[in-house]
Amino acid sequence: MTTWHEYLKEEGQPPIWPYPVRFGQEQEIEADVLVIGGGIAGCWAAISAARQGLNVVLVEKGDTVRSGAGGPGCDHWCDAPANPLSRVSPDDWAHHMAGRPYSNGIGIQIQCREDYDTLLEMEQMGGKIRDISDEYAGAEGRDDKTKFMISPRYGTIHSYLPDPRMGEPNFNPPEKRNNVVIRVWGSTFKPALKKECKRLGVKIFDRVMGTSLLTEGGIQGARVVGATGLNSRTGEFLIFKSKSTILSTAGGGSLWLMSMELGGYSSMHSRTMSGDGTIMAWKAGAELTKMEGTGMVMIATGLKHKWYSGAGDASYENVPLVDAKGTRLPYPIQGWVDAGAMVPAPGVEAKIREGIMHGKYELPFYGDFPSMPEVERRATWKLMLGEESTTRIIIDTLEKGGFDINRDQLQSYKFIEGQSLPQWRDVGYGGGLLVDWNLKTSLDGLYAAGTQMFAPEDHSHAAATGRYAGRKAAAYARETGHARLSRDQIEAEKTRVYAPVKRSSGIEWKELHAGIARAMQYYVSEYKTESLLNIGLNALKKIEMESVPRLFALDPHKLMRSLEDLSMLEYAKIIIQASMTRKASSIPLNFQRIDFPVVDPPEWNKFLTIKLENNQVKTGDRPQNFWGDMKKQYEAHNKDYTGVYKGK
Amino acid sequence: MSQEKVFAIPNITTPNTPVIFNPEICTGCNICVETCQIDVYIPHPQERKPPIILHPEECWYCGCCANDCPCPGAIQFNWPLELRGYWKNKETGEIHQL
Ligand SMILES: Cc1cc2nc3c(=O)[nH]c(=O)nc-3n(C[C@H](O)[C@H](O)[C@H](O)COP(=O)(O)OP(=O)(O)OC[C@H]3O[C@@H](n4cnc5c(N)ncnc54)[C@H](O)[C@@H]3O)c2cc1C
Ligand code: SF4
Ligand code: SF4
Repeated sequence: MTTWHEYLKEEGQPPIWPYPVRFGQEQEIEADVLVIGGGIAGCWAAISAARQGLNVVLVEKGDTVRSGAGGPGCDHWCDAPANPLSRVSPDDWAHHMAGRPYSNGIGIQIQCREDYDTLLEMEQMGGKIRDISDEYAGAEGRDDKTKFMISPRYGTIHSYLPDPRMGEPNFNPPEKRNNVVIRVWGSTFKPALKKECKRLGVKIFDRVMGTSLLTEGGIQGARVVGATGLNSRTGEFLIFKSKSTILSTAGGGSLWLMSMELGGYSSMHSRTMSGDGTIMAWKAGAELTKMEGTGMVMIATGLKHKWYSGAGDASYENVPLVDAKGTRLPYPIQGWVDAGAMVPAPGVEAKIREGIMHGKYELPFYGDFPSMPEVERRATWKLMLGEESTTRIIIDTLEKGGFDINRDQLQSYKFIEGQSLPQWRDVGYGGGLLVDWNLKTSLDGLYAAGTQMFAPEDHSHAAATGRYAGRKAAAYARETGHARLSRDQIEAEKTRVYAPVKRSSGIEWKELHAGIARAMQYYVSEYKTESLLNIGLNALKKIEMESVPRLFALDPHKLMRSLEDLSMLEYAKIIIQASMTRKASSIPLNFQRIDFPVVDPPEWNKFLTIKLENNQVKTGDRPQNFWGDMKKQYEAHNKDYTGVYKGK
Repeated sequence: MSQEKVFAIPNITTPNTPVIFNPEICTGCNICVETCQIDVYIPHPQERKPPIILHPEECWYCGCCANDCPCPGAIQFNWPLELRGYWKNKETGEIHQL
């Protein structure tokens, strides 16, 4: 018996809720440093604060052992220019990476300076970062002395973009590679992080969703002095009192798409990523930025059995792509030959499409594993795909199903899966909390790390910024005392949190989510004008006024999902309000205003900020590069930085 | 035909069986219940029985439940039909699907 309906058939009744139900009951917890979100950034923040000798509490919606986007694994530790094999200096590389418009120079500088130290600490905790057993001896990028395996990604320029020099003779030779990305065995990381948290005495509250921040006197914009949470198994209400608080719940959820039947939860991420932290901070009065920027949902939308979809199957790292007859396609393979490019140079995709229509290339396409050198084939299969994350179960099931990398070609879905619709957008890597050089938000006592910040990057960025925020929040906590919590604020939150369980019919969380997503598809998508955005905002306000009061939840789990919807609804409204503020189009922000068609005019090359003041929306702006001289600022703020952990 | 009890149940969610447990091997340790960040499963009310799949359509196919199970063979990943990958034998051209 495995499924619910089988249980029903066998037992003659549905299973009783397996956990004690404690709706409304309270538990109060005190912390020096409170971390909300126990993913990569959150675990690192908790560890680093605990290493300062403070009382640390970590609140996680799932179970810290495998939660978050990085829970299942990570195969490439990006932007580690301080590693001994690197040919670029951390400051130069940081400068280079921050040259992309609307990136986050503070986070990038921290990453480039500290993520190699962070990696070494990962190793101290039991994470595997080297090919110690010589499994991949002879593989390209492997260093025999350090046993590090350099990854082909970010080979010559940043990110996955094609280098214009690609294809030229002697392009990307080994002796000229920058060596900034290291291959790692990231499936070992998350359990090791949880273990270290426990060893250091961090009090972990798993299955607790943070629902709101508490501010001094209950006043919006005042110092953050605690938070509230909901246990998603028992329905218990938790009240946390803290001297400083770090938000690390990652970014917004699947706001434009809701179709669970496609499989894989409509986005690259899991449902736990629903914008809660951003909304908690927003309601407390913190400033957000870049909220009008969106990405396209290209990865794994209902194609969860492949590594990537829509974006291209190039992430068969180094695996040549061939057509059904074995003809090699001119598509990048995120490997040594194209210096890690993932997307093709302009025009290439159209050429392949044309080739398909005229019989030059025969569908379907395949990843030609057997044609690879043996050691490269193994490295890509077992190390890259085996460790990247959700890919591990893919290779595992394929192997069990009889697939053999030495014999078989794996189908690529590029081209036959169709294109991602313009209405399928993603907020994942765009907006977030505005931070300063201490990773402090605009509110006293509140810090942010990882994907929670504006313009986040990747796993090692989350780790390094989490570690940094933990340090800074600990320093603040040391100098401050606890404040009294506002009972009025707590009561108001309790009323909000438990409203859906007071009803047993009306609108369920899935319907509400789909309704929000549809409004976003219609009015906040490819075509943006002032009036469309207005209609969209009114549509969301109508949902808020008419549907939210009918939202019902039958158990603590569904209550959590319902509250996530409320975060998403608020998040969606912020996106519209931020979009109305930007009266220009922008390519890097994937933002087209039909009524303001001029693309990236100089006067609009700035970050737009948005926050609540007395519950009124207030917008502002910051210049690009508002963080100043990255090297100088970093050094000025980190005179006491002691490097790799030397404690026991 | 046996007179089985027929319940009035709403349609089953789709997809609905991300994994298949083998009750002969599974010890009911519930490690998979704890590993899952989504709470797709709940523990079985009886000890030593495999967990119950309660929220299958929320699964994000991360695979952690199957990867971290300490008893080989106790839990088998079960991709929904529309998510089953294809491959080709390079020599023979034979096409396979999971
Ligand atoms: C399939 C996949 C493969 C990837 N591969 C790589 C890779 O190889 N290399 C790489 O560099 N990057 C990779 N990434 C990206 C990397 O995983 C993320 O950048 C990283 O996990 C971000 O860390 P984070 O802490 O910001 O967010 P997460 O790790 O997602 O953590 C956020 C945490 O907050 C919790 N949470 C959310 N809401 C609440 C709430 N209200 N209360 C309490 N807790 C909450 C969540 O449960 C989660 O545990 C991959 C991502 C995916 C999805
Ligand atoms: S499937 Fe594995 S992890 Fe889950 S209860 Fe059974 S033995 Fe434990
Ligand atoms: S694959 Fe991941 S999300 Fe799905 S049931 Fe297993 S652990 Fe949970």
